[in-house]
Amino acid sequence: MIRELTLTLAAILVAGAAQAADVMRMAVTTSFHNSGLAEKLLPEIAADLDLEVQLLVVGTGQALKLGRQGDVDAILVHARAAEEKFLAEGFGTHRREIMYNDFVVIGPKADPAGVSGAKTAAEALTMIAGAKADFVSRGDDSGTHKKELSLWKTAGQDAGSFGDWYKAVGAGMGASLNAACGMNGYIVSDRASWLNFGNKGDLALLFAGDPVLFNQYAFIPVNPSVHAHAKNDLAMKLEGWLTSPKAAQIINDYKINGEGLFVFNAK
Amino acid sequence: MVNTLFPLTVTGATARRSGRDLIGPIDLHLSGAPCTMVIGPNGSGKTTLLRLLSGAARLGAGQINWASDADYLRAAQAFVFQRPVMLRRTVLQNLCYPLQLRGVSRVQARRRAEEWAAKVGLTDLLDRPAPALSGGEQQKLALARALITNPKVLFLDEPCAALDGRAMREVEAILQAAKTAGTRLIMSTHDMGQARRLADEVLFLLHGKLHEHTPAAEFFAAPQTPQAAAFLNGDIVE
Amino acid sequence: MDDLWHGLAQAFWLVVRFDPALVEIAARSLQVTLSALFFACLIAMPLAAFLAVRRFRYRRTVIAVLNALMGLPPVVVGLIVYVFLSRAGPFGVLGLLFTPTAMIIAQVIIIVPLIASIAHQSLRELWHHYHDLLISMNVTQFQKVTTLLWDARRALLTAALAGFGRAIGEVGAIMIVGGNIDHATRVLTTAIALETGKGEFAFALALGFILIALAILVNLSIHWVGKTEREGQW
Repeated sequence: MIRELTLTLAAILVAGAAQAADVMRMAVTTSFHNSGLAEKLLPEIAADLDLEVQLLVVGTGQALKLGRQGDVDAILVHARAAEEKFLAEGFGTHRREIMYNDFVVIGPKADPAGVSGAKTAAEALTMIAGAKADFVSRGDDSGTHKKELSLWKTAGQDAGSFGDWYKAVGAGMGASLNAACGMNGYIVSDRASWLNFGNKGDLALLFAGDPVLFNQYAFIPVNPSVHAHAKNDLAMKLEGWLTSPKAAQIINDYKINGEGLFVFNAK
Repeated sequence: MVNTLFPLTVTGATARRSGRDLIGPIDLHLSGAPCTMVIGPNGSGKTTLLRLLSGAARLGAGQINWASDADYLRAAQAFVFQRPVMLRRTVLQNLCYPLQLRGVSRVQARRRAEEWAAKVGLTDLLDRPAPALSGGEQQKLALARALITNPKVLFLDEPCAALDGRAMREVEAILQAAKTAGTRLIMSTHDMGQARRLADEVLFLLHGKLHEHTPAAEFFAAPQTPQAAAFLNGDIVE
Repeated sequence: MDDLWHGLAQAFWLVVRFDPALVEIAARSLQVTLSALFFACLIAMPLAAFLAVRRFRYRRTVIAVLNALMGLPPVVVGLIVYVFLSRAGPFGVLGLLFTPTAMIIAQVIIIVPLIASIAHQSLRELWHHYHDLLISMNVTQFQKVTTLLWDARRALLTAALAGFGRAIGEVGAIMIVGGNIDHATRVLTTAIALETGKGEFAFALALGFILIALAILVNLSIHWVGKTEREGQW
């Protein structure tokens, strides 16, 4: 019986080792993955380049960490300041802008703070703070979290001094949306995650459109002179594809419930 | 059969636990009577003496010298406990176990196990789990398992204490056969009838000290010490 | 409550259709966890037997540490394994990070203390029972260990199943060292976390029900295998 068990195990182990032609790893943010765009792009990449791109779906902070450690070959994130620091420290070769989507303010349909009447994002947040309405923050040092903090700053508010109504949950976009839904509070989300979110409950999109809410995604290959094993050639191939007219069409045409999510802007 | 373990000389032996002497000091010379019976009231140290001689209990002071070296002694002895310890296996596997430890081949071990099962009347139970046997069956199995390696000396600590009359008679028959086959028995009992039937010499223990060491016939006819006499009388000995 | 019913219904259809994506991640869950269980038992069982029969100076300390490690948060194990397997870490050259192997390593670390502790409990009892007999039979240290392991095999099965239960339901560590990569390291638990994150509660629940069913199935079949060589009740 033990022999049979061992054989079965060996068979299972061997079966797990099957692989594709070229494989590279890219760390992407949760918000990008939640948009569902990856499921459109990856099969095309596999078909055109014979390249399997393995996605590590993590927060921006962890994505940058994985790049620093050389555990991925490229990163696709949206946190400009952090990206530039990453480049300045020499961990990436360069930064290539690919596309942008935008952030939106989500909140209870009843909108107790009256956010839907705001003219700017800063005004919307000021209203929430004024009403001390429940607000869920990612609180996980992600790109979205950083964006939210910068918006508070623009609004002249200090997020560190908020009271009980400001809830930093320390979780990914989806989990944070779940939390917001649970307490029927306000939250800043990227549009893609919101549209794809399955548990909307009593929440609705209340504010969008301020250019300050635009969310630029950039592609950064990991520097092979720091991490020699980083597959820079594959990363460059991928970058070529991501900035191609074909990618532009797929990205611009991607819609959820009839709404476009991303705007291709690679130069 | 030549028994090269004896004579056994014990000088000033003590066994201690947590700083207290359990028995001893004991001085003893066993020249090799077929059956040495250790008797004495409860708590007199019978079990401890057997454990000390077999090497299961650590010697606090003094010396125990067998005629053979320690390795030979360890391979040539066996122990049967008051409450038999059954391996959680079948009767057959229990019998084979000591042979397997000694590297006897599977086929041979099985053959000898079957022989011994027949000798002690367990043939019908070979495939039964040993822990499910009755007390008497378990003790017979324990005896067969101890004797299957042809030990030169077999220690038995009140082997019949928990048995009914019939099982006791069967066990004693096995012990008589073992004696005849040349295995020296060193055993304890609280049953004076059993002591009279089996013993060739008697060690009378009291309060952890050896009070008397005499041939069995002499001991039961005329004990040397008043305590032994009182004990044989069935009086309470303190 | 709606999500629960939808989850049940979806789980049913996924199984009935033999959904290829589901089969893939379920098979990977089993592959990773059973491999981890195999290696963990290989380490934990002899360790437990050794701790039961051998008296040495720091024995109590080792047992206390093992018991404490049972409660080790998987995330911490994941982080430690990550640090070691990362390209920048000491075993980075092996390129094991974000592979099923890394997940197996993490799970082995998580369940060895659990299996060893439970196994030690029953082996210690058995050793207490066997002690005088085996000492009188003058068995070697190795023979003691093998005798105990064999005669306690049913109790050890329970220990192994406890380890299996902890490993198959684990998500924190394998999320970090496996990365939840589609078609490479995604397993049932990480898929559940992912779907929950997307707010797809019904689908997440469906996967959860399948995970539970799988765990029950494995438990039953292991008990069944154990029964085929049963020699009696003890």
